[in-house]
Amino acid sequence: MAEVLTAPLKTSTGRTIRREEMVLNMGPQHPSTHGVLRLELVVDGEIVVDVIPHIGYLHRCFEKHCEAMTNYQQVIPYCDRMDYVAAIHMEWSYVLAVEKLLGIQVPERVEYIRVIFAELQRIASHLIAAGTYGLDIGAFTPFLYMFRERERILDLFEMTCGARLLYNYFWIGGLSHDLPPGFIDKAKAFCSYFRPKIKEYNDLLSYNEIFVKRTANVGVLPGDVAIAYGATGPMLRGSGVNWDLRRDDPYSVYNKFQWEVAVGKGEVGTVGDCWDRYMVRIREMEQSITIIEQALAGMPEGDVASAIPKRIRPNPGDVYVRTEAARGEIGFYVVSDGSATPYRIKARSPSFVNLSALPEICRGAMIADVVAIAGSTDIVLGEVDR
Amino acid sequence: MKEYFGNIFRSVWTVLIGMKVTASHLFTPAVTIQYPDVRLKLPERARNRLYVNMDDCIGCFQCDMACPVDCISIETVKSLPTDDLGTTSTGQKKKLWVTKFDIDIAKCCYCGLCVYPCPTECIKMTDVYEFSEYDRKNLIYNYATLTPAEVADVKAKAAEMEKEAAAKKAAAAAAAAQAKAAAPAPPAAPKDQPPASPPAQPHP
Amino acid sequence: MEELLRRIVDNNLIVWFVMALLPLVWIVPYALVAVYLERKVSAHMQDRLGPMRTGGWHGWAQTIADILKLIQKEDIVPAAADRKLHLLAPFVVFIGSYAAFAAIPFSSAFVGSTVSIGLFYVISVSSIVVVGLLMAGWSSNNKWSLFGAMRSAAQIVSYEIPTALALLAVVMIAGTLNLQTINEQQAGWFWHWYMFRKFPFVFVAFIIYFVASLAETNRTPFDIPEAESELVAGYHTEYSGMKFALFFLAEYANMFAVSAIAATLFLGGWNSPFGDVLAGPVWGLFWFLSKGMFFVVIQMWLRWTLPRLRVDQLMYVSWKVLTPWAFACIVAIGAWMMF
Repeated sequence: MAEVLTAPLKTSTGRTIRREEMVLNMGPQHPSTHGVLRLELVVDGEIVVDVIPHIGYLHRCFEKHCEAMTNYQQVIPYCDRMDYVAAIHMEWSYVLAVEKLLGIQVPERVEYIRVIFAELQRIASHLIAAGTYGLDIGAFTPFLYMFRERERILDLFEMTCGARLLYNYFWIGGLSHDLPPGFIDKAKAFCSYFRPKIKEYNDLLSYNEIFVKRTANVGVLPGDVAIAYGATGPMLRGSGVNWDLRRDDPYSVYNKFQWEVAVGKGEVGTVGDCWDRYMVRIREMEQSITIIEQALAGMPEGDVASAIPKRIRPNPGDVYVRTEAARGEIGFYVVSDGSATPYRIKARSPSFVNLSALPEICRGAMIADVVAIAGSTDIVLGEVDR
Repeated sequence: MKEYFGNIFRSVWTVLIGMKVTASHLFTPAVTIQYPDVRLKLPERARNRLYVNMDDCIGCFQCDMACPVDCISIETVKSLPTDDLGTTSTGQKKKLWVTKFDIDIAKCCYCGLCVYPCPTECIKMTDVYEFSEYDRKNLIYNYATLTPAEVADVKAKAAEMEKEAAAKKAAAAAAAAQAKAAAPAPPAAPKDQPPASPPAQPHP
Repeated sequence: MEELLRRIVDNNLIVWFVMALLPLVWIVPYALVAVYLERKVSAHMQDRLGPMRTGGWHGWAQTIADILKLIQKEDIVPAAADRKLHLLAPFVVFIGSYAAFAAIPFSSAFVGSTVSIGLFYVISVSSIVVVGLLMAGWSSNNKWSLFGAMRSAAQIVSYEIPTALALLAVVMIAGTLNLQTINEQQAGWFWHWYMFRKFPFVFVAFIIYFVASLAETNRTPFDIPEAESELVAGYHTEYSGMKFALFFLAEYANMFAVSAIAATLFLGGWNSPFGDVLAGPVWGLFWFLSKGMFFVVIQMWLRWTLPRLRVDQLMYVSWKVLTPWAFACIVAIGAWMMF
């Protein structure tokens, strides 16, 4: 990384040369800020001295809306719209929270289907993350290849629940639809189709020397700093911390599957640089395919709607449930006062917390690096602002 | 020094590999189709524009209450006992005139929560997705099948029935009051009735 | 060509005027075709179709429609911009790109000017582009445009050096700066081309020249000045309508100029690769244009494959990789020639 010149410059006659820092607005409308995020950059030439993120441009009062709903079921479409790129994970965390409040246990078939769809969603979300990251760095083509794969995943979603992006599929106590006929074959076909594609991405983008030069040793987030900021997900694992909620705080039937948790090792640079975070996402896609294949093979029979309660009226109390979303730990704190309407729902969004680490790792980088770093944090403003 | 040459070699090599990947894609067929000349067939469960079959609607307000964004507004009017509104396809006899059934499809979030509670399965999500309009007002779909004249007529009849019922009730109440006033006083309680037994004492 | 014109009109000024405009006859249709080709090539590399509707068959009229649209667009100049510079900048950039065509021989019968310092003239006049870019970035009164312009100036100036050095390798063998003479020296079958002489040193010089010329034309992987994802559109963010079209035309003209120089010096220019077969003035034009287009297609191929370099890495490549290797080539070729 380039160093910031802090010593005053003097002429030969001893006069100090005045240098001024420039405030540059990487405004709410910018091709690389992944949404309406305003980054106020204080730059000294090309080197960034400070980054101040301004958020709130996409705030839609999600938490307040939930208090006005007539029942807990109506909150689910709102959860979808928080992280619209990985909507299933939002739904799952909320649904788990309410199921815990109600004390109901869903059938095993429901759990398996939920795992399959969550992992499919994880792949779809990482495809966007990696594709748009390539776009930020300047490689236009991998973006389109990744979207081609994503289309097939969205086809799987559409044939099951009818929607491509905002599903309303995970319901409290079960699912809205059972798997359609032909789904298992199509999903297996997708798994075998997708594995070679990862090799294509690695050839074209991941190990391309220019891409490596742009992302290795850039935006290094040390592991202890990541933990101090509360970063989770690929941002934390990219910094070398081996922590995955699916394995370390298991929920649903994750304890039945074998897979490797991808952790950044500083393969081409320092541990915790942008390349590590990017590579963790690529490797997670591979591991998701492994999980999906295991789940498809072991799918039990059952009725997906048998545990859905007629009336959702939890006892007064509160619960915090967290799951591993594509971007990190998504947590829902649900407070119930005994009525059919939620009293208070608080969403702990992973991107909001990951974003807080951005100023720390951008200091001293160049403007082009800020783009690379912001892309590697993989934030979705819908989740940051709720 | 070795790193310098290694860098150059790796750069050239990975550039060539990348070029091979993109060049090979020049010869694979495109995955896009030319919409609107070619349209993909949507799966059976696709959730797009709402449709309401008014013949089956019994005016139960379940979809109105289920909608998270309040895009459905319904008004019903009681029918006279002599009216025949017909039966739904599920065999239920309809009792309410649905005078207003508006869905603001611009507000609709396409979650499908209105479809499940419907007892007659008359509200459905179709696979129509090309329904843009030039004027936003045209996106409020009015599904009610009664003409304004019929609506006024039905409302008038219902109002009348209500008045009659209220009048009858008032008359009945008045008659009951009158009967109460005109009727002879109830027989006096017999003097030699034993006094009421004292309340039970708890056992010592 | 000049004699043909003189037979029609015996007036020096008119003859020279027509000769100066003749490359435009190639450049303008070429730009239309090149933009369309870029969109189609990029589309097929990305598994999609590109323009398909305009004009019926595979959207061949797309660029024409775009030009018509750009002509009618409102010319928006930011309120705080420097109007004179804002207006002049696209012209300066275009002049820098176009003036290079004066000395490039299109065929054995047509070369704008047979000045004996042809190559030197071409390299120096194409540097005028830097002034135009700086004017564009500064006059837009937009911090992001300024960034793009500064980066572009640094980039182009630094990459002039490996360009000139790599070309020097050929000049050492040719013994002249006159481009027409260099062409004539490569007559014969394709192994007479300079690229294959004194192998592998001239070949390495050719690679160095090609990479450096990518930076000259602001193409990926060196397209930081117009990095779409960082600076929206860099130095031409604030341009609309015909001025923007002129920037675009200048970029494609530059692409072809650079490819033409590579073809002339390293690939034999208007010489047929099969010696006397398919040779002649008109055939020469065909060979020259095909070789130029070949390099243009490779530039497009690279654009859609590679990510872009950061500014300091770009400088590193120029000063620490391309320049030393170009020097090494020159020394090696010199030594070979002496012994």
